Amino acid sequence: MAEIAPNPRHDPEAAAATRRYFWNRFLTYAVLTLFAVIYLAPLLVVVFNSLREQSEIARNGLISLPRSFRLDAWAEAWGTYCVSGTCEGMKRNFFNSLWMTIPATVISTLLGAMNGYVLSKWRFKGSEVLFNLMLLGVFMPGQISLMPWAFLLGKLGLTNSTYGLVLIHVVQGISFTTLFCRNFYVSIPDDLIKAARIDGAGFWRIFRKIILPLSPPILIVTVIWQFTGIWNEYLFGVVFTSGQQQPITAALVALTAGGTTARAYDVMSAAVLIGALPPLLIYLFGGKYFVRGLTQGAIK
Amino acid sequence: MSALMIRDLHKSYGGLEILAGINLEARTGEFIALVGPSGCGKSTLLAMIAGLETVTSGEIWIGDRLVNSVQPKDRDIAMVFQSYALYPTMTVRQNITFGMESRGVPKAEQAEAVKRVAALLQIEQLLNRKPGQLSGGQRQRVAMGRALVRDPKLFLFDEPLSNLDAKLRVDMRTEIKKLHHRVGKTTVYVTHDQVEAMTLASRIAVMNQGSVQQFDTPKRIYDRPTNMFVAGFMGSPAMNFIPARLTGTTSIAVRAADGSDATLALAAPLPVGAPKDVVLGVRPEHIYRFTTDLKSRKPAVQSMQAPVELVEPTGAETLAVLRLGDLEITGRFEPDDAPIMGETITLGIDMSRACLFDPTTKALL
Repeated sequence: MAEIAPNPRHDPEAAAATRRYFWNRFLTYAVLTLFAVIYLAPLLVVVFNSLREQSEIARNGLISLPRSFRLDAWAEAWGTYCVSGTCEGMKRNFFNSLWMTIPATVISTLLGAMNGYVLSKWRFKGSEVLFNLMLLGVFMPGQISLMPWAFLLGKLGLTNSTYGLVLIHVVQGISFTTLFCRNFYVSIPDDLIKAARIDGAGFWRIFRKIILPLSPPILIVTVIWQFTGIWNEYLFGVVFTSGQQQPITAALVALTAGGTTARAYDVMSAAVLIGALPPLLIYLFGGKYFVRGLTQGAIK
Repeated sequence: MSALMIRDLHKSYGGLEILAGINLEARTGEFIALVGPSGCGKSTLLAMIAGLETVTSGEIWIGDRLVNSVQPKDRDIAMVFQSYALYPTMTVRQNITFGMESRGVPKAEQAEAVKRVAALLQIEQLLNRKPGQLSGGQRQRVAMGRALVRDPKLFLFDEPLSNLDAKLRVDMRTEIKKLHHRVGKTTVYVTHDQVEAMTLASRIAVMNQGSVQQFDTPKRIYDRPTNMFVAGFMGSPAMNFIPARLTGTTSIAVRAADGSDATLALAAPLPVGAPKDVVLGVRPEHIYRFTTDLKSRKPAVQSMQAPVELVEPTGAETLAVLRLGDLEITGRFEPDDAPIMGETITLGIDMSRACLFDPTTKALL
């Protein structure tokens, strides 16, 4: 390989271009950094406060750098803090959220995948209309369905229970999961289905053997979307459950509303972080798959 | 016995008629090509034979069974798709065995079949790869392997070569022909490439606008096209269509470049009742440089003058664009004997190979 000799002569045009490039980059990163700082500041404040002593918070105010470091507030928020008479911390509510979110995510994702499969590969008369009606659910705010859900949960005997919330989140989530999966499956060539039909595979076998193995990118997207969405959901939790049955998002409010004593900002901060941890972890470990899954087609 | 019989087959979507009364029949072991421009309904016809499209009316028989409402998997067919349609998450081996697995063929039998087909198509070393790791030609082989392993009554090919580059296409064409020779299965092959149809098929169905224009051997289709569509579609460069006037029972006049009429004697008299105005169809290879030697070899040759507008050497042959009246025709010449741009040559048109068409019905006279 021939070596490329650097041109010893000065090229003013190239130098100007390099300078311009540098300043453009600099400006871009400066703006991005600024916004990142603004966006991350609240998180930082909460993290700091969860580690500071209550007395220090009272002395130096909510927003300041930590002078003390301890994990007591985390332990208290998790297991012993008293909310309206019971001293069990957030533990119970955390698991309520988990037992609500995991089944609701799994079930709504599977239903979305099956709906998407039917609506893209086994179209029937009116399937497009049906799909558009389902899409409507994407744009429907949750509060519209509060009353019908109250009625339905009452009839089913599922008020104040995690099962009730699972049911709600499965149904409310189907629009999104169907949309995601259907749009992904549309990019799978129909010829694959035809070939499989000639090969003797039926509806389910094609789904299991051909569609599902192609699905991980979009399943990751729907799982992340559903998990964070359901975990962070607050309205249904606070309306349909109370006390011991509440998911953590609803319980956090009780935490702030409960005490007659001075506000325990350290414990609250820790509790908030405990409540935010699962979606945060999902984002950290799954974020790149989320973007990838949304942008890539089924077949490279 | 015929392996495939299609009787008065119709297909329409809503009010739109895609197929308007198709009649076809393939004898056992025959290679039938369905050829036509895009949108002529050839792929729909194939999909209906496969059972992937419903029948609006008419009958499809495979062997001695009416299959109109039989599921694709029960029709005893195998199909090769234009996109190959290999299952992307499965290895080549799994792709080939998928059909057998769906039908519950015992494992040992599957392995045996894979071995046989892999050897036949020389894809043994690819069996553990995924389709994404294969070249276009290799995918094509695997797709054929998947079809061959079934040992079906009927093979269906849907433009299997159109995703390959030109050179590979010719190679694979030869292989398909060899394969058909060896396996001897009845095959229906859809293509828009008339060369593929000519080289592969024992009979060709030329389709246009939802109906079969002509169903015959390649030679008959090429030599005696039933109408101007078939004549124009089959052959490249296309057949020249020259407006002509009848000047007697055995002669016609065509307009030369200088506006005068050139009279050409027909090789055979026209049937009674032929219209006064006709269209003379001449293939480029039936146009020569006129010599007395040519006339003695081909007595039906008629001569006329024509200026040479353009010369296109392709290596094996040289195409020349010639002026006739106010239209241009193409002639195919030996490179050594090719005309030069700008000269006016005396053409020899082999009237025994020419076709005459009715300009209103477009049908062969």
